[in-house]
Parts: sequence; C-alpha cells; structure tokens
Amino acid sequence: MLKIENLHANAEGKEILKGITLEVGRGQVHAIMGPNGSGKSTLAGVLAGRECYEVTDGRVLYEGRDLLEMAPEDRARAGVFMAFQYPVEIPGVSNLYFLKAALNAIRKHRGEEELDAMDFMSLVKTRIKLVEMDESLLGRAINEGFSGGEKKRNEIFQMAVLEPALAILDETDSGLDIDALRIVARGVNSLRSPERSTLVVTHYQRLLNYIVPDFVHVLVDGRIVRSGDRSLALELEDKGYGWLESEVGTATS
Amino acid sequence: MARTESKERVSPSGLAALAAGIAAPEVLWLKRLRQSALRRFEALGLPTTRDEEWRQTNVQALGEIRLTRPEVATLSRADLDTMPAAAGLGCPRAVVVNGRFDASLSDLDDLPAGLQVEALSRALRSRPELLEPSLGRVAPFENRAFTALNTAAFEDGTVVSIAPRTIAETPIEILHVAVAGGLSPAIHPRTLVVAGDSSQAAVVETYLSLDGEVHLTNAVTEIVVGENAILDHARIQWENDRAYHFGAVQARQARASRYTNHNIAFGAALARNDVGSVLEGEGAEATLNGLYLATGRQHVDNHTILDHAAPHCPSRELYKGILSGRAHVVFNGRIVVRPGAQKTDAKQSNNSLLLSNDALIHTRPQLEIYADDVKCTHGATIGHLEDDALFYLRTRGIDLDEARTLLIRGFVGDVLDRIAHAPLRARLAERVLAATAPGTAAGGDA
Repeated sequence: MLKIENLHANAEGKEILKGITLEVGRGQVHAIMGPNGSGKSTLAGVLAGRECYEVTDGRVLYEGRDLLEMAPEDRARAGVFMAFQYPVEIPGVSNLYFLKAALNAIRKHRGEEELDAMDFMSLVKTRIKLVEMDESLLGRAINEGFSGGEKKRNEIFQMAVLEPALAILDETDSGLDIDALRIVARGVNSLRSPERSTLVVTHYQRLLNYIVPDFVHVLVDGRIVRSGDRSLALELEDKGYGWLESEVGTATS
Repeated sequence: MARTESKERVSPSGLAALAAGIAAPEVLWLKRLRQSALRRFEALGLPTTRDEEWRQTNVQALGEIRLTRPEVATLSRADLDTMPAAAGLGCPRAVVVNGRFDASLSDLDDLPAGLQVEALSRALRSRPELLEPSLGRVAPFENRAFTALNTAAFEDGTVVSIAPRTIAETPIEILHVAVAGGLSPAIHPRTLVVAGDSSQAAVVETYLSLDGEVHLTNAVTEIVVGENAILDHARIQWENDRAYHFGAVQARQARASRYTNHNIAFGAALARNDVGSVLEGEGAEATLNGLYLATGRQHVDNHTILDHAAPHCPSRELYKGILSGRAHVVFNGRIVVRPGAQKTDAKQSNNSLLLSNDALIHTRPQLEIYADDVKCTHGATIGHLEDDALFYLRTRGIDLDEARTLLIRGFVGDVLDRIAHAPLRARLAERVLAATAPGTAAGGDA
C-alpha cells in the first residue's frame, strides 16, 4: 500500500530525514517511534503533503502512485488521512459544514453520489459515538476553544467519517490522559480492517498497549535504526532511546 | 478639529453654485436651513488631508471633475434588471434615481400597516411638521462639509415613517440608482427614517450605479429611533469603481431603543462613510456592524462615532473587511462617553484580512471617556489567510480554492450572520465570495 524508498527531506535548509525506507502492507499497523527531533513529525508531514518540507531524494509510492507528486487534497481523496499532532483552530467554519464538504469531495472523487443532509447526519451520529465526543462540538467552529483531548478526538472522529485507506496518526497520544487515550485507541481500533493500514507515530510506548502494532520502527536522527515487532516497543520502554542513540552515534562517527 | 487655509484646497465654488441653483420647496424653516448649510459649506470647503478627520483620505481628485447637476433620468424597469444587485429582495421598495424619488419604479403597494414611505418633496408639502424637528437636525453639518453640501443641495429623497407600536415583519428597501451617462453628476440623496415609540422595523438602503461612468454620490441618512423602538438599518454601497461616494448616517436614540446599522462597503473609487449614533436616552443600545471589501486601487474609509450621552447604554461595534490589490482602507472608531453616562458598556473590534502584500489599512480606535463607571474595550487585528488552516482543510480532501472560500466565508460569517433578511444575506455572501474568488483581481495573488 505504502512504499517509502530512501526518503531524504529538508526543513528550513537542514536535512531532517536522511534516507528512510519502509513498506506498509495492506491491513498492517506500523508504529514509528523515536526521540524528539528524530524526524517523526517530518515524516508524517511529508506524507500528508505539508509544503514547508523539501524532499531532496527518494520516493514514496502509494498504491503504486507517486504520492509526493500529489496535492494534499488529492492524497486525501485517494485515501490518505493524517491526524494532526496539533489540530488547527479555524474560527468561523463549523465542524459539521467542513466535514460534509470534505466527505463529499472524497465521495465525488470516488465517483459516489454526495450524501444528503439526512444520510450525512446519521453517519455523523454513529461515528461520533466511537470517540465519545459531545455532539454540541459539531456545530462549533473547527477546534476553536476545544480542549487538547477534544481536538484529538475530533481528529479520530473525522477519520471515522472519512474512512481512509491509510491513516497516519501523528503523536495522537501526546498530552492525553489515560481515559482519553483509551477512547482514541478504541476509535482507531474500531476502524481496523484487512483493507486499511495505519501508521502510528509516537514518542511513547503507552499508546501501543491499546493499538497493537504489527511492526515497530525506531527513528533516530532521520534514519530507521531498528525494526521489529511489538517487543521492540516494550524494550524501548525499559531502556529508553539512549542506547539506540549511542549506537547510532558510534556507527556514524 | 484643525483646519488650515491652504492653496491646495479645492475650490468648492463649483459645487456650491450647483447647490444654489436648486429651488427649495416653499417652506421657511427649510429655506433657512439650506441657506445656512450652503454658507457653512462655502466656509468649510472640501476637506484636505490636513483635517484630522480626513488624514488618510484625499478628496482632491474631486476638484478635477467637472461635476454637473444630475439630469432628470427616466429609467425603465428593464434598466433596473441590468443590475444584478437591483433584483428585488421580496419586500416593498422605493426607487430613487439620481437623488429623485421615482414613484413609478417603486413598489410600495404592500406596505405593512403603520408604515409610510414617500418622496421627501411630497412629505415637505403634506406634513412638514413631521419633518421639521428632524430633517437637518439629526445630522450636524457644522464641521462636515459633505453633510452641509447635501443639506444645501438635495433635490428630493425618501421619508420612511413608522407609526408608534407598528411591528413590520418585512424590511423596506430604498434603492438609490446613480445614472451618470458621462455627465459626472453630483447626486445628493437624502433620507429620513422616523421610527415611532415601541415600533419595530427594518430598512435596507442600497446604492448602485447604472453604468460605469464617474459620478459623485453624497448621501445623508437621518434616523430617529423613538422610545423602546427597534430599528435595523442596512446600508449597502455597491457602486462602480469610478464613483466617488460620501455617505453619512446619523441616528438619534431615545430611551430603551435599539438601533443596528450594517455598513456594507463594496467600494467605489473612493468611498467615505460616516456612521454615528447618539445614545440620548437611558438604556438605549446601538450595534454597528461593518463589512468592507476593497480591491484594485479602491479606497474605503469608515468613520464611526458612538456618542454615549445617557447611562446604562450598551454599544457593540464589529467592523470586518477583506483587502486585496493595492486597496487602501481606513477604519476610525470613536466612542465618546459623556459625563453622567455611567454604566456605559462599549465594545469595539476591527478585523481585516489582507489577501495581498500591497494593500494598506489604517485602523484607529478613539476613546473619549468623561464618566468614571464605564466599560470600554477595543481591539484590532490584521491577518492573512493562514497556511496552516489551508493545509488542514486540504488534508481532508477540500481543494485549495474551496479551502480559501471556506476561510473567507468563515471570516465574514459573524458580520453577515447578523443580517436578518435571508435574501439580502445570501446576496452579500455571494458577492464577497465572487469578489475574492481565484482568478479575480482579489484572489489572483494567493
């Protein structure tokens, strides 16, 4: 489904990603872990199409297409979704109106009819229950005045409505208390299917107790320094990132 | 106000001469009023940028136009149909062409009971006693050259009178059409709205140009809001981009009255609007909403004055606008709290969205507070469409153009949502989106 080959990317002229190669198969859940500044969010941003990054080498194939050539909205329409680490507040634009515009743009791309108001509302009401989000937030402006937890739930709620083929969760767990974390994880798990892949970007192992990954990759200084199964995440929890960082340090010096 | 005699000042003699040529109706008080207004205009002359109130708005170009007294233009309904913004709003309408009330184009058969809309010239003959306390007395011209000029020069206009306790369910529209025809007419529409005690009504004034030629529109609207009365007043200025527009709206509010003004400025070549209300009676409430859209080299200047002269009066002011191209916008919001106007609660904000790097906005709050138990707040913001917000919307499948539209609609949403009449609200929203769409002068540089 997603094939990243030797990806190099700069931010503000500085190289952040230094050759990432990774393949995510259909139905798989991959976790990308790493310390601060290792390039996790840059990777997520490059995949979603954030313009402030410059890809200097490598390529990314999504369903066989060159993902990096696609505009952010085209990626979304093709089934890529990113849950933001810091969801943006947009005053004056209602959550519901926005979500309807988004869903219909995606449906139109798939050659499906636009949902009418009734069908849309019934879809919304089912999906909002998955994340136990207050319905009153639907009528409010996007993320405006939402608490940190509400913003993260809103991301997963949007994901549940838009039903992407590839979901990228960028530190969705950061700053969440254990209850909110469980709710968010339950939302994500309910969308798991053999057709859908997930890339979980996180700093902490804790989320992976709830969203159990098939593969874990550790990103240090812009490179994947180790890949393994779930036990790698547990090892990291015990030892921290230090041992891997020093290993990389000796390898590159 | 600082005035200086200077050689650069445009001689007002041409305009004054036009005014002097107009026959006033045979009413003595009005004759005197117009004579003193003419003298005042001659003494003041056209403002220069040395006048404190006109520092950012240069009207010198007016002096270079050979203005004429407007022809009596006869329009057909088919002519009106050529202007999309003149399409009916589903409510009774008075049509004023070049400052003269046109009964044949007006649709006033289905006026709500208690509501009267008639030509100013006719009202002056039939019931001058209604007009005498208000006409020329609500809008001061002592320090205002353009109001003085209008007072001296208006040929006709519109009087809306709302009887006490009348509740009008639909608004009344007054459509002002300027027909320039290459003659550069100086048009002076005059409007008076008297809302009786405990009445409730809405008035929509629309100012349009029939053609794309130069004209001067110098309009004055006086509003009297009786005790416990509610008046909603929208003023839509939507003329061609060669027009010069000066518009003054002055309201006077009695006890427990509510006046709401929506000042919609879609721009002429140069538009200057002065909107003010005097809160004379205890518990009166004023709301000033503003929306400006300026593109190309348009100049839009909004000056507002909320004059709190009585205690327990809240006022709310929200002015928002979108600038693009090399547009120049001025917002000057003055709030005066007179001695004794305790418990005044005034809030003002001005937010501008810049779609280009060459647009310019001057925003200035001006608070003059002479009472000690009051609450006055003000704030101004100037911003661009945020890249983060655009990106967020795009990652959900919404394309760049639609994302921009969503953000722009979101920006003006709170001002537009306050316009109660749905057909008008929809028309204005459509205009905002059309004018800022990609491919237009405003949207092109995004």
